[in-house]
Amino acid sequence: MKQNQIGYSSLRVEAPEKLRGRAKYIDDIAFPDMLYGATIRSEISRGKILNIDFDKNFNWDEFTIVTSKDIPGKNHVAHIMNDQLCLSDNLINHKHEPIVLIAHKDKYLLNIAKSKILIKTKELKPVLSIKDSLSKKRIIWGKDNVIKQFNISKGDVKKAFKIAHLIFEREYYTGAQEHLYLETNGIIAKASHNDGITVWGSMQCPYFVHHALTSLFNLPKEKIRVIQTETGGAFGGKEDYPSILACHAALLAFKSGKHVKLVYDREEDILSTTKRHPSFSRYKTAVDKNGKLLAMEIDFYLDGGAYSTMSPVVLSRGAIHAGGVYFCPNIEINAKALATNTSPHGAFRGFGAPQSIFALEKHINDIAKELKMPPEEFRRINFISDGLKTSTGQKIRDKVDLNTLLSKALKLSSYNSKIKRFEKENNGSQIKKGIGFSTFMHGAGFTGEGEKRLASQVAIKATKEGKIHVLTSSTEMGQGKNTVFSQIVSSVLKIDINLVEVIKPDTSKVPDSGPTVASRTTMVIGKLVENAAVDLKTLLIQKKYLNENYSEKEFIKACSNYTKNHGELKIFSKYKQPSFIKWNENAHTGDAYATFSWAVYVAEVSVDTKTYEAKVDNFWALQEVGKVINPTLAEGQIEGGVAQAIGFTLFENIKWENGSPQNSKMSSYIIPTSMDLPDIKVFFEEVPYSEGPEGAKGIGELPMDGPAPAISNAIENAVGISFNRIPILPEHICEKLNS
Amino acid sequence: MKENKIDIKCTINGKKYDFSVPPMLRLIDIIRDIALLKGTKEGCGEGECGTCLVIFNGKIINSCLVPASQVHNSKTTTIEGIVNTHLYKVIEKAFIKKGGAQCGFCTPGMIIATYDLLTQNPKPSKNEIKFALSGNLCRCTGYTKITESVLDAIKSIGAEN
Repeated sequence: MKQNQIGYSSLRVEAPEKLRGRAKYIDDIAFPDMLYGATIRSEISRGKILNIDFDKNFNWDEFTIVTSKDIPGKNHVAHIMNDQLCLSDNLINHKHEPIVLIAHKDKYLLNIAKSKILIKTKELKPVLSIKDSLSKKRIIWGKDNVIKQFNISKGDVKKAFKIAHLIFEREYYTGAQEHLYLETNGIIAKASHNDGITVWGSMQCPYFVHHALTSLFNLPKEKIRVIQTETGGAFGGKEDYPSILACHAALLAFKSGKHVKLVYDREEDILSTTKRHPSFSRYKTAVDKNGKLLAMEIDFYLDGGAYSTMSPVVLSRGAIHAGGVYFCPNIEINAKALATNTSPHGAFRGFGAPQSIFALEKHINDIAKELKMPPEEFRRINFISDGLKTSTGQKIRDKVDLNTLLSKALKLSSYNSKIKRFEKENNGSQIKKGIGFSTFMHGAGFTGEGEKRLASQVAIKATKEGKIHVLTSSTEMGQGKNTVFSQIVSSVLKIDINLVEVIKPDTSKVPDSGPTVASRTTMVIGKLVENAAVDLKTLLIQKKYLNENYSEKEFIKACSNYTKNHGELKIFSKYKQPSFIKWNENAHTGDAYATFSWAVYVAEVSVDTKTYEAKVDNFWALQEVGKVINPTLAEGQIEGGVAQAIGFTLFENIKWENGSPQNSKMSSYIIPTSMDLPDIKVFFEEVPYSEGPEGAKGIGELPMDGPAPAISNAIENAVGISFNRIPILPEHICEKLNS
Repeated sequence: MKENKIDIKCTINGKKYDFSVPPMLRLIDIIRDIALLKGTKEGCGEGECGTCLVIFNGKIINSCLVPASQVHNSKTTTIEGIVNTHLYKVIEKAFIKKGGAQCGFCTPGMIIATYDLLTQNPKPSKNEIKFALSGNLCRCTGYTKITESVLDAIKSIGAEN
């Protein structure tokens, strides 16, 4: 297979720079006369600012000081709703809420200065849990603490409950999760009224940052420029947060007239940036005497933190996925995002689905156990297939065969023989082994008509030397987007991949392709890139610069001749919503996603009944993804996502105190090391999706959804305890085993 | 405010440096801000993540934990100091082929750890590889392709010999 073909593991285009330590992340960059910035934050979770005291014995002359009074436009960080303040001026709604910004050229003196500013506050009693928020004892957001709420209804749940053979009800919980990208958040800004604003930084969504800056500074769009620098991991943690950081850095730059660098250290990053939404789910499910699902009544609640930020959309995706891969004729999903006095929770790979899918897939096993049915048999009776409708009433268009997928996964993992073997071997053994699985799907692209609203655009430009520039605002953050886009273009144009250059996202150079989120980059934007490349080829052929069958040399010549005669050769491609998508946002019904990727994950665990540690010994990840464009990169995404999800399940726990993480360092917030993970075995199936590039569907978030329930199911198989909560730490296993 | 400073003479990547700094300034700051070598990264500042890993007086160490007072008369090698070696080139080829780098932030530290391992032990087992790299956190890869990359490098070295 040739290097530029789809399905070939083309080498990561920016790998050499990364390996040699030459890739430039934001903290590697400096400007002459640059200042360093710092943020002074609230020490209380809820209350009022009474006074800001600057130590009179400290020399503040050389410091740039910014408060909310320095904001030229609106004091908010523009997102979906605009309730989050850029800098607090009166009310405090969470610990670590930013109040004052300072800058100085000496970063060590800056650190000392931070301790010389005292924020005098009047404390109010905070709301610190979903339960507390629901009780409405204290109202901290809107009229009733409910940031967002909606119902998804299908059929008649009440009627179905009356004729049920068995009704099973249980609650499930998932905790917060910190992204812990190895590179912390950071921005450099330069700003003046005449020249406008330029920011550089670690980010996923340059145009989100652009939007936030236009609003804060009340400047025309053309005066604001946002440039993404090499980004050391993001996972959703750099989707909306960089907007805040950019606003802060730009305010300091605006006031000082100098470049300002604002980079968080690890502790500040963990304390003040977004986390995965903690969740609470209640499932009440009715089945008939054959084990067929009759009705499901689901409450799905998220802890949104102090401001709305991404909560409405996380709630949406989580609620839509709460029905999972089953066909159930009657469903009622009550979804609510509640406000609490903690730093706002935000986007994190999976975006609500890992939370609801954990609950669902654990619940399915719980019901199967109650019915004395093997979990795989219970699922087979209830799997959805093409032609049937999901919880939102979406008819599955693409061919789906979960039965075969499940059989394959169970065979790959030797599930059946292990169930028998472990049962025997566990007798009298200190180490108990178990195996468990989950079946799930993940909707790719924005929910409902979201892609239509985004109206993403890309451009392809051919230079006179025959080089192709790919211009999109999609950001590389390790997932391999630079390489995949290069492959798509070189495959369509039949040129060497080294002739293709994916231009670094810079809002002054690239069109708005929407944010790099929602497993949409390859499927939606990659398709636009493919279209643009096809249009470019077609144009050159139509205008007789190329024949249908051309060589690479001829292609280069064609670009040269075209640009000589006509000037710039640039082709745009804009998103058009497929006609088969019909969505009702208010009712939350219809085609929630253009398509889904489907998966079965199997986890093999061992639980040490003396130390209470649970370890994943083996993991099989099987998924149907449309088309694998680059096997190495695709596997890398699955392996990395599974690793993060194993962390979510067994290692990562935020110890909340007064709405703030007590464990705010890498030594106390634990993620898996190389010794803590098995080799993750990845397998792909391909059922090409009509609208994806070469049939590819989104896969970035899929691997985050399946591991938690698979592991919890495996632990239950090992020690007989059904954990309805994650993370599952040794102390939890100890407590359950000894009760 | 006059700060206490100490005089340091040291070698980084074979180049001699001579400077005066506060005694608790860290080796990572000396590498990044004085020697201006940006390949070594700061991921946590407390010796947990390994992104600041360098070779210090022949042993790998987290440079964020070494105070300037210990740097006097020392020899440090950073990622920039090994890129021209044959061993690095074999490692680089393997990591590119096997997909051992994604976002790249943990990568320089990971390469230093790999380089050190293969210098001490040219044929480590899979478990020995995992143990040697357990001080380098990665959030992107799940370590599977990192281990595969190191195994591939070992294979290449074996083929050469």
